[in-house]
Amino acid sequence: MKTLLWGVLPYIAFVLLVAGTIWRYRYDKFGWTTRSSQVYESKLLNIASPMFHYGILFVLVGHLVGLFLPESWTEKAGVSEHTYHLFSLYGGTAAGVLLVLGILLLLYRRRTNTPVFRATTANDKLMYLVLFAAIVLGMVAKLTHASGDGYNYRDSIAPWARSLFTLRPDIDRMTGVPVLYEIHAVVGMVLFALVPFTRLIHMFSAPLQYLFRPYVVYRARDPERVGARPERRGWERTGS
Amino acid sequence: MPRGERTGRRVMAQIAMVMNLDKCIGCHTCSVTCKQAWTNRDGMEYVWFNNVETRPGQGYPRRYEDQKKWRGGWELNRRGALKLKNGGRIKSLLEIFSNPKLPEIKDYYEPWTYEYRNLTDAPLGDDYPVAEPRSLISGKPMKIEWSSNWDDNLGGATEHGHLDPMVAKTRQQAAEKVKFAFEQTFMFYLPRICEHCLNPACVASCPSGAMYKREEDGIVLVDQDHCRGWRKCVTGCPYKKVYFNHRTGKAEKCTMCYPRIEVGLPTVCSETCVGRLRYLGVILYDPDKVTAAASEPDEHKLYQAQLDVFLDPEDPEVRRDAERSGISYDWIEAARRSPVHALISTYKVALPLHPEYRTLPMVWYIPPLSPVVDALTETGHDGEDAANLFGAIDTLRIPLEYLAEIFTAGDVGPVRSSLEKLAAMRAHMRAINLGDTPDSSVARSVGMSGPEIEEMYRLLAIAKYEDRYVIPTAAVADARRLEESALPELSDSCSLDFEGGPGMGGDGPFGQDSGRKQLPLVTIENFHALRDRQTADREPSAAEKAHAAEEDDQ
Repeated sequence: MKTLLWGVLPYIAFVLLVAGTIWRYRYDKFGWTTRSSQVYESKLLNIASPMFHYGILFVLVGHLVGLFLPESWTEKAGVSEHTYHLFSLYGGTAAGVLLVLGILLLLYRRRTNTPVFRATTANDKLMYLVLFAAIVLGMVAKLTHASGDGYNYRDSIAPWARSLFTLRPDIDRMTGVPVLYEIHAVVGMVLFALVPFTRLIHMFSAPLQYLFRPYVVYRARDPERVGARPERRGWERTGS
Repeated sequence: MPRGERTGRRVMAQIAMVMNLDKCIGCHTCSVTCKQAWTNRDGMEYVWFNNVETRPGQGYPRRYEDQKKWRGGWELNRRGALKLKNGGRIKSLLEIFSNPKLPEIKDYYEPWTYEYRNLTDAPLGDDYPVAEPRSLISGKPMKIEWSSNWDDNLGGATEHGHLDPMVAKTRQQAAEKVKFAFEQTFMFYLPRICEHCLNPACVASCPSGAMYKREEDGIVLVDQDHCRGWRKCVTGCPYKKVYFNHRTGKAEKCTMCYPRIEVGLPTVCSETCVGRLRYLGVILYDPDKVTAAASEPDEHKLYQAQLDVFLDPEDPEVRRDAERSGISYDWIEAARRSPVHALISTYKVALPLHPEYRTLPMVWYIPPLSPVVDALTETGHDGEDAANLFGAIDTLRIPLEYLAEIFTAGDVGPVRSSLEKLAAMRAHMRAINLGDTPDSSVARSVGMSGPEIEEMYRLLAIAKYEDRYVIPTAAVADARRLEESALPELSDSCSLDFEGGPGMGGDGPFGQDSGRKQLPLVTIENFHALRDRQTADREPSAAEKAHAAEEDDQ
């Protein structure tokens, strides 16, 4: 069971994430969109959506620091475990509160506004469930282990997460990890695997290139597309 | 296309449109046919690529011209450089999680259908069954409160006429001139499509780079595979002519019917226009002058600045530069015959819509003159006498100031000059119709000659199909580039079908089935050809057909 959760699941999630994204890019460019519901309702969205998105960006940075910045590095920089914990507790909780309030508002809006609810697919509902679970479980795990120096995941979860990249996952590190953290990590991995198959895919189209391109874009017509469409593979007319 | 060669200037071509508002009867045929062709789909119920507004009126979406609220188009920053009115690139990206300036569906209108089943399924009773309206957005019963042309023909103008942002502006200068009392008011129709601007703010606002202007014909399009639904283009466009498809989550807009334009056919809105008021043609322009023209500090000079971007295809040097820039001979010739170029640059009767948005729009309008003649005749004057007409232009029922707010950023000069030319044309042509010698001073007073006025009359009043639409095809333009792929098509056409040749005929302007019927005079089918066709596995080639015909003759 432990091998499955901490030795196999991460790789399954990773493969699904990468292969799924490539598949989506090749076969569903048209469906690759935020599918915004702002034209139905924009007052609540204007508050809730930036809250949620900025919150989750901060939380992402927090996770990256927590998991991939080894404890020895912060100690060398003169940051004690206690200081780190306080920083992570207050910074993380602030970002988390922003995030949780944001998603609660968004869920409220999605459920109560009829046009928005009508535009919600089964796929969206599953995605919201997993996303909301991951966020809430993360918050709960953090806050139930807040007393004193809290739970030092940098001794256990972080080295395990780093060891995943060496392809020799250090599964033993995960023994003794509080169960709340364990559930959060599993739900998180499921969420990663879901990204390419849900609207979450829009995170990969953050349009940073906008900062560097000229304002007006010119494009020449595709010469192949003037007149009749060229025959597609498998659809050639007989005798040609 | 070889572009950017060092020698000479760059020249680009654009398919542009002019609409003659004098002729618009507000029948909405253009809107309906456009809707049937392009936006009769889920998620696009509220979308009209082409709409006809009654002015004064709020337009569609409501009050779209209020850029203080919607932040569309460009403005000049403190250093005099162009910037998007809704903010620069960094601000745009910081606001990407929600677009605070996006119109909601209710700013357009909530689309609806009727519960028609009630009409047939209602049980027998004393009351007539009613088909209740039902929202297409929420699926619930709704109260219909607005639509794309709710204030058509000044409906409700006494109550919300003042909500037209241009009425508010006009009243700041000439308060007494805009009245909504029944006997004093005025109106005209304004059909609107995407402007296919030279300096498109929607394209500039698109973070994904999915919107683009086509190099060959200047048509502005959305790449549906690259649009990610950030909705910035909807805000960026000051004319609010980019729409968000709420079902697919992608932006869509008027395509200038490019599949039709590419084969030389006019757009659906033009083709079906009952008043025949739309003109389509090529305009050559200098792309390197666009930014400078859009940055003109004085809003009143923007109209002239845009005129200066356009190039005169009669100038041999322009033609040489155009050819060097890769524009085909066909297109250059089309630019010389372009009705749009004539109305905009030669006669200068067409004016741009809201040049103050600094997007350099490419759908221009001839301002409406009509009511003045009737008004003058009613007061006992000769309504088509030049002197009376000129005098009346300043006291038109449609105030010059209002037209100027729409077409020239508030400068009445160009509007007056355009209307004077139209008035002069009426006086001149009336003299001809009555068998009098036209007074040449009338033409001269508007800076034109008699023959010029008659030419303009031919274009505006006779308005033959071939004169209104001069559209070079994409295939011919691309022929050199395409070579093998396009040219074989040509070899199929009749070799006698050259200009003035015996086979001269070809298709009528409406395609093969329109105009005169071209029934074959001799039987095309013959015994051998028929037999071959029926027994062969594939279509016989032209050579085989000819051979079969020969055999048949023997």
